[in-house]
Amino acid sequence: MGKFLDTFFSPLDFIRAVPQVWDGFQTNLKLMVIAEALVLVFALAVAIIRGLPGRAALPLRAAAVVYTDFFRGTPLILVLFLIFGGLPALNMAVISDLSFFTSGVIALTLVYTAYVTEVYRAGIESVHPSQRMAARSLGLTYSQALRLVILPQAIRRVVPPLLNDFIGLQKDTALVTVIGVTEAVAQANFYASDYFNYAGLTVAAVFFVILTIPLARFTDSLIKERERRERAQAV
Amino acid sequence: MSPANSHFVALENVRKRFDELEVLRGINLTVDLHQVVCLIGASGSGKSTLLRCINLLERVDEGTIVVDGQTITDGKVDVNALRRSIGIVFQAYNLFPHMTVLDNVTLAPIHARGLSKQAARARARELLASIGLADKADEFPDRLSGGQQQRVAIARALAMEPNLLLLDEITSALDPQLVGEVLALVRGLAEVGMTMIIATHEMSFARDVADKICFLDAGVILEEGPAGQLFSEPKEERTREFLRRVIEAGRI
Repeated sequence: MGKFLDTFFSPLDFIRAVPQVWDGFQTNLKLMVIAEALVLVFALAVAIIRGLPGRAALPLRAAAVVYTDFFRGTPLILVLFLIFGGLPALNMAVISDLSFFTSGVIALTLVYTAYVTEVYRAGIESVHPSQRMAARSLGLTYSQALRLVILPQAIRRVVPPLLNDFIGLQKDTALVTVIGVTEAVAQANFYASDYFNYAGLTVAAVFFVILTIPLARFTDSLIKERERRERAQAV
Repeated sequence: MSPANSHFVALENVRKRFDELEVLRGINLTVDLHQVVCLIGASGSGKSTLLRCINLLERVDEGTIVVDGQTITDGKVDVNALRRSIGIVFQAYNLFPHMTVLDNVTLAPIHARGLSKQAARARARELLASIGLADKADEFPDRLSGGQQQRVAIARALAMEPNLLLLDEITSALDPQLVGEVLALVRGLAEVGMTMIIATHEMSFARDVADKICFLDAGVILEEGPAGQLFSEPKEERTREFLRRVIEAGRI
């Protein structure tokens, strides 16, 4: 027991590791903020493309399906290696000279956009077709109906599952350590090899938990609020 | 000018099929300007589909529809422009739940007609006041009764200043005590000369307000005529049977 506490919770090491791990954790924060912003935009675009009507949009829809199927099914760690290792092998300008950080952002964005696309899509499909019909019957165009009537309702409904995916993304920023980004887990490991103590990993865990708990509680409260509203409406 | 063009709305041999089911099997119908035409008939007889074909929410498989001198079924018509001039009100109101009553009414005037926000709001408030809902302008639809919601839906359609209004069983989802306020509003519209095609189960209302009643049965207009004639001396056995059932159900 003493050994266990000493390895993971030694007070001295805990305090000493904090600045170093915090240094790395700032990279996690940057990764998540940038990736989340990109995911929000791209996923909405892909979801809209998947819903486009008509035969002319078939290739676009097909491309969107292939994209979401591929990146939802591929482990993030594999995508990281593909971007980090595979793209430079192409020897092409720009895409072969990505920094560790940029590679991480791209991999996270590619994978999570695929997930969040499905979330948006479920939201769009949950809006009753009569809403679109009512909008179109007033002479609004397809895109106006989507922008003014469908999406505002759809997005409101998907905020909780969307935040849930973001909790996943926040944790997965730790995976970019495998391509050499010095983020929190990397720093914790450096600490461990320097001092032969794993308290740094505990510190990193605490950072991640502190970040996700408020988001998780916020998501819970949104779901509760919605249930309350829907009950009130049903009466 | 051919005879078909002298009517404001003219449907000729309109057919519409959903997969195996042929919902409209050759509809011929004319409506003149300022005329009110009521479509009656059992559920599933094609009333709603017929209305939805007239503003191209549904595409017809065969036949032609002419509205205001324009053949709308030839695939060349500007669908959005057409719908701006034809209002439709649905059984389930279909108000936009994320917008206030005022925003529901001004949405299309602003975005489809290009009215300024100010002008659209001023007109919408006038319109709401004229139907006794001025004080509900800033409420969300779910705070209103069914009758109020349906009146807002009518106001939303009227805000586009349509020259034809299609009403699709607009009182069927309402509690009986709320039907009156909605029908009173429609009566008022008929009095000021709004051209309307109304699918309805309210027979006494149809008798009062309609210039012409059409009885739909299995996708065709089996019988049509002035209200007095169709209700008092129906020619077809199917019409008589339908009216008998309606009377038994206490809806006349």
